[in-house]
Amino acid sequence: MNVAAQVAGNNPVLNMSIFGVFVAITLVVVFRASRNTKTAADYYAGGRSFTGPQNGVAISGDYLSAASFLGIAGAIALNGYDGFLYSIGFLVAWLVALLLVAELLRNTGKYTMGDVLAFRMRQRPVRAAAATSTLVVSFFYLLAQMAGAGGLVALLLGITSKTGQAVVITLVGVIMIVYVLVGGMKGTTWVQIIKAALLITGALAMTIWVLAKFGFNLSSLLGGAVDSANTEAVLNPGMQYGKTETSKLDFVSLGLALVLGTAGLPHILMRFYTVPTAKEARRSVVWAIWLIGIFYLFTLVLGYGAGALVGPDAIKAAPGKANSAAPLLAEALGGPVLLGLIAAVAFATILAVVAGLTITASASFAHDIYANIIKKGQVDDKAQEVRVARITAVVIGAVAIVGGIVANGQNIAFLVALAFAVAASANLPTIVYSLFWKRFNTSGALWSIYGGLISSIVLIVFSPAVSGKPATAATPSMIKGVDFHWFPLENPGLVSIPLAFFLGWFGTVISKRGADAAKYAEMEVRALTGAHAEKATAH
Amino acid sequence: MTVTEPEIRPPDQHPAWTEIQASPDFVSLRRRLRRFVFPMTALFFVWYMAYVLLADYAHSFMSTKLWGNINVGLVLGLLQFVSTFVITTLYVRHATKNLDPAAEKIRHEIEGDL
Repeated sequence: MNVAAQVAGNNPVLNMSIFGVFVAITLVVVFRASRNTKTAADYYAGGRSFTGPQNGVAISGDYLSAASFLGIAGAIALNGYDGFLYSIGFLVAWLVALLLVAELLRNTGKYTMGDVLAFRMRQRPVRAAAATSTLVVSFFYLLAQMAGAGGLVALLLGITSKTGQAVVITLVGVIMIVYVLVGGMKGTTWVQIIKAALLITGALAMTIWVLAKFGFNLSSLLGGAVDSANTEAVLNPGMQYGKTETSKLDFVSLGLALVLGTAGLPHILMRFYTVPTAKEARRSVVWAIWLIGIFYLFTLVLGYGAGALVGPDAIKAAPGKANSAAPLLAEALGGPVLLGLIAAVAFATILAVVAGLTITASASFAHDIYANIIKKGQVDDKAQEVRVARITAVVIGAVAIVGGIVANGQNIAFLVALAFAVAASANLPTIVYSLFWKRFNTSGALWSIYGGLISSIVLIVFSPAVSGKPATAATPSMIKGVDFHWFPLENPGLVSIPLAFFLGWFGTVISKRGADAAKYAEMEVRALTGAHAEKATAH
Repeated sequence: MTVTEPEIRPPDQHPAWTEIQASPDFVSLRRRLRRFVFPMTALFFVWYMAYVLLADYAHSFMSTKLWGNINVGLVLGLLQFVSTFVITTLYVRHATKNLDPAAEKIRHEIEGDL
């Protein structure tokens, strides 16, 4: 049985029609949302009028990218337990956001991460650093999503020519730009809510279906996966990362980057501004934690289910390899209709996540760089900043389309790892110091942002992810045929995260200009009490 | 609200931020926040890293079968989910009971006298 051909040629018309219905519905919603998008707070923060539960669903929609849905299910199907480890890092990370970041950020900021980092510092240098880091993290995350779209197109629509894939990537990019331009944050949020509802419902249905096939007995499901893989190793840790001492250390590094990266991802942080109060921000995170946690429990069942019902060999033979595990499982369970639904959800996922990233990057450019650095906080025209944000969104969208076409077929895992490692190195230490350490000052903020940013990027460039692995490796290096790597790990987190924390401290203590005690008092009181926090706009 | 107002700071600086920061009410609010979130962060971080290190370096322990095909690794992994949900619930309870009323009171005092 040629499963690959079956899937590739399955029913692209059906897949595309279901996706078309999703696009049509979301476009209507986005256009309706746009009627109330007038001010900067509307465009960047959806008027701060979403409820905690709505925002929690949107956060899960933003966070559960194609990488986490298709990627984790596939990793569990092929590498068993090691795939499950990813989902745990992605979930536990939310406790950092809940306990240390979400509410305090909501109370002190306005639209961007830069608002909080620059609050008690010299505005221009710190905003420039925060915006740089936001743009870098968002760009790599964006590139990974768009590059992933190419593989998905091959898998689900049966389009194998690079030109055909480029056309589809362009189409996806253009729809995304329309969402962001027309609907702003409000439209983008609704797209994420709809997508999260579809994704979680779809995963729930498949989970129940898989469990039913095994008499609702987890142990028999695992037994099925063992039979199909012909090895008990799928149940035990170590299949992917246990091979050498270096790969074990790499896993520690990845684990650290995952758990500390989430609360430093600018597109996640920006979502906390879409609710009216810090208490609603807390409710958002609580909803997100439950939804994301339950979703990852589904992926555990789906991953082992794909291993048991489809089999690792069939998955490896399919276009898209590990990423095809969940779609193949959908097909094995419910035939072309369920496959079409899951395919549409996967496309919707890419659209929604890319839209969230684009609005974050454009907000950071317009608000931090244009309004506060170029115009020094004195924008003459009320609508000018939003206009700049819209133009930036088009530029970023175009860059994402071109980047997605160029990076199509590349090893994209390192782009996601880079985004998390940079977020954990450049952003998280600076956020934590800003909120909790009285002495922290401008010099410390610049040292930790640029130190974390530069060290994580340099280490990745000279890692085996970029060069030096044999072409036969399971995940080949990005650049083949040359070897200039000297850093042994693929993920830089183990070095760059502690280094950034150290540099934040070091930069603070060597500076002759101390912290601004009055501004710290203001920031701390506002962070903890919500006094003078940005209010929701009334419509 | 317009986009032209100076960033973050309200137009007239509240004169009393430093005094409020030193007030007993605020000091107690901050202590109650930090006494919860810092130890809890340390706890889940150590528990998570311990789990990662076990999965990474103690393969035979993690592969020990408990019943059927369920092994120690799977149970510890699922316990990470449980602990995340539990910590989330505990924090919400703590914040609603011990933080929100105090924060609300101070916020009203500040916003009332501007």
